[in-house]
Amino acid sequence: MATKYRFIGKATPRKDALEIVQGKAQFIDDVKRPGMLCGKVLRSPYPHAGILKIDTTKAEALPGVRAVLTYKNVPDWKGGVPRHVKVLDNKVRFVGDGVALVAADTEEQANKALEQIEVVYEELPAVYDVEEAIQPDAPQLYEEFPRNLVPTNVKVFGPKTLSNVVMGDVDKGFKEADFIGEGTYAYENVANPLPLEPPGVIAEWQGPDQLTVWSATQSASWHRFIMVSKMGFPDIRAISTHCGGSFGSKNYSAQPLFYAAALSKVTGKPVKVMYTKEEQFGAFVLRLGSRFRGKVGIKKDGTVTAVSGEWFVDTGAFSDMAQAQVAVGCGEAQLMLRCANWDLQTKLVLTNRSASGVVRGFGGQELESAFHPILSIAMEQANLDPVEFFKKNYVKPGDGYYWREGNWWVCRGKDYSKAVVEGAKAFKWKDKWKGWLVPTAVDGSKRVGVGVGVHGNADVGEDDSEAYVRLNPDGTAVIHACVSESGMGQRSSLCKMAAEVLQIPLERVDMTPPDTLINPFDFGLVGSRGTYAVGSAVIAAAEDARRKILEVASSVLHAPPEELETTDGKVYVKTKPDSPVPWSRITGIMQTCTGFGRFTPDYSVPNFLILFVQVEVDIETGKVVLQHVVAATDAGQVIDPPSLEGQIYGSFGSAGTDTAIFEESVTDRKNGHLLNMNMIDYKWRTFSDLPEFRNVILETGIPSHRFKAVGVGEIATSPGPSAVLMAASNAVGKRLCEYPLTPEKILKALGKIKGA
Amino acid sequence: MSYVKEKATITLTVNGETHELEVGPGPSQVAPWHTLAQTLRETLGLTGTKIGCDHGGCGSCTVLVDGKAILSCITLSVECDGKSVTTIEGLGSPPGRAPDPIQQAFIDHTAFQCGFCTPGIIMASKALLEKTPSPHESEVKDALSGHFCRCISHYHVVRAVMAAAKKGS
Ligand code: FES
Ligand code: FES
Repeated sequence: MATKYRFIGKATPRKDALEIVQGKAQFIDDVKRPGMLCGKVLRSPYPHAGILKIDTTKAEALPGVRAVLTYKNVPDWKGGVPRHVKVLDNKVRFVGDGVALVAADTEEQANKALEQIEVVYEELPAVYDVEEAIQPDAPQLYEEFPRNLVPTNVKVFGPKTLSNVVMGDVDKGFKEADFIGEGTYAYENVANPLPLEPPGVIAEWQGPDQLTVWSATQSASWHRFIMVSKMGFPDIRAISTHCGGSFGSKNYSAQPLFYAAALSKVTGKPVKVMYTKEEQFGAFVLRLGSRFRGKVGIKKDGTVTAVSGEWFVDTGAFSDMAQAQVAVGCGEAQLMLRCANWDLQTKLVLTNRSASGVVRGFGGQELESAFHPILSIAMEQANLDPVEFFKKNYVKPGDGYYWREGNWWVCRGKDYSKAVVEGAKAFKWKDKWKGWLVPTAVDGSKRVGVGVGVHGNADVGEDDSEAYVRLNPDGTAVIHACVSESGMGQRSSLCKMAAEVLQIPLERVDMTPPDTLINPFDFGLVGSRGTYAVGSAVIAAAEDARRKILEVASSVLHAPPEELETTDGKVYVKTKPDSPVPWSRITGIMQTCTGFGRFTPDYSVPNFLILFVQVEVDIETGKVVLQHVVAATDAGQVIDPPSLEGQIYGSFGSAGTDTAIFEESVTDRKNGHLLNMNMIDYKWRTFSDLPEFRNVILETGIPSHRFKAVGVGEIATSPGPSAVLMAASNAVGKRLCEYPLTPEKILKALGKIKGA
Repeated sequence: MSYVKEKATITLTVNGETHELEVGPGPSQVAPWHTLAQTLRETLGLTGTKIGCDHGGCGSCTVLVDGKAILSCITLSVECDGKSVTTIEGLGSPPGRAPDPIQQAFIDHTAFQCGFCTPGIIMASKALLEKTPSPHESEVKDALSGHFCRCISHYHVVRAVMAAAKKGS
């Protein structure tokens, strides 16, 4: 049974709760700098065009306008991997691509100036389909990338960065298989993670080589260490405000940051570039497009004998993080399927639409969602219960896998079979599962079906984290760590962990703001790493501080440190708990005591989530209703119950489960325009359509964390889309393989309407 | 040119405080095309009201005008002349200090994740509970159905509003 803790595992109010409910929490658009200008972007109306002429004289002459920048006079910074994305170019590659920048005293003046910029374009043919884009005669987006193929053998995670999965002997594997699932399927609705708060950046230069940026980010340090490498100057001080949702997308905001920094550089004033909702829809971050052509071989008992195929990854108009997502996707596929023989190749392709960036699920969701129909075909042939199949095939302790940086890791996490069993019980899977393409229930035109998906990630221990914990003489403690708050409640949870180590009331633990100037390095809140990676650094720092104060106390209390204990900011000899001495008498009132902690990467502890869904499909109208969801996981030890629950409920937000039902970015392929760039036309689930949602959270501790915990936040979205496809297919008795399952697609599949 | 006009002003009572604002395009004036959200945030500095979409599709800018929940991003400030506006900063007694029971319920149930939708959701919940002190769960959901919360704090929000209603009754 789980250990009893003073704070860990108990629901406590978030440390920032009062600020949030009173509207005092500062988000990026709430920040003003003295003399700040408004920055705006002129955007391309064409999906692909050269800029023949651009005239800014009229715009420059307008009142309040401080600067107008075009490709001719922007700084020579470059983003993208490998570096290929200019701040502005003499070519545009998607509808919404940046053409010119304006800084003016007010937003109205800036918008007027945009209207006065005269541009002559030369329209070029555009391409939207991954497999068309790689044809020799396809329109080419960048000279340096023939056939629109972006190299995947780049060193984003070091010299061996994973860009495929090759091991064993697939020919032999397929020979051993009893059943083979095969085909080409896609998850290409490039949904929008769509945090409520649009992205924005304020840039302000302190000197020619010194830039400070404010933004709402998920990972404060990315604007320093990632952007420095793109901009090539010594330092950026990155400060994060409260972040109004991110889901990956606001880990960093390269384009808005480039724009604000360029405008601030020429005007000598702070500049805020705040995207509108339309810009967030059409020119910020989309999910990757994903298409998989390949096959999987399985035996009668569900053993997977071989996986082979080609994964086409559509990154849109440029690639900044796609190689990293390809690497993680390749890793996660191996966690889901224990298999000895792999030949999974990848192609990273450019197309004329707004670029894909970091989105929760990070490659794995995209690959699995496209791969699942093939897996389902094989399971269906073998007549296997998918729950049993996933239970058998999810990575187990002792199994190995190549992770994103190309090294072979042996799992020393846990066997998640129990979470599968408990989840299935809570969902009543055994009663509801009637076999492949068989509905659970039929009521007139309404058909109920069930489906299931799994996902896991070994990134819970990714990258580095550092922290200081400073003990003050007044019995309070301050954590110095560069951690943002974008909804996970992680700042509060870290305070809890430190309070538990130091045994001081939670109210007495505080944390420095997310600011790279005042904090040591932290990679950020990605890959569910908050609990395991950041948590371990903070815990180590708190333990170090505790050790240090007990050492100092040793000479005051005339006892060796091992015989001392500290509780509530006082130190005592364990055998004499009633004569405690406050920290102020140990350190004196003019000294503090600081501990340091560091976490270094450990990819041996994957997390796991299984998602059961029940949908109802109306075969007359084609409407799909998500009725019932059970998510099951094993978190080792829950740190804060409501925060963990919230992360898992997030399963159908942020371009997750609902990308199988109604979420999609719809592009008109005649002109490259997005057709649903607003909150009315882009569909989202309302309060009135909430499914019944139950979380089953086990707590089987893992030894490598002080509180035996492992994070599971990020992965909640990933098993959803494929689970819904499976459920809807079972409901209607026909294999449905296209995301999202709009009424039109359902009715078409049922032969009730004609295909376009 | 034009005839000399009377200086046009509007009067907004915001969270109990009366503001007389000049109508015009200047920096501290209210232009005829300014939305209430803009005036609250930019002119009056009340940034607790959030703008998630600025086109009437997300609910985050919800405030109360004469007790009714409205979307301040699609309401012109000049339309609110003579009206009484309550924003998130105006809740609690004293306002902005000790939280209102509905705010306390959101704290107790951690009824938010990133918190960007929260001010709007709290204002809409406040309006609901004023009118319907003991709502059925489905009434809470209906009242909030125009509020987009991408983090999915919905389940915690419904619990919080129901708990606040129970305490209030
Ligand atoms: S900001 Fe007003 S409804 Fe979205
Ligand atoms: S809590 Fe983030 S949008 Fe609602």
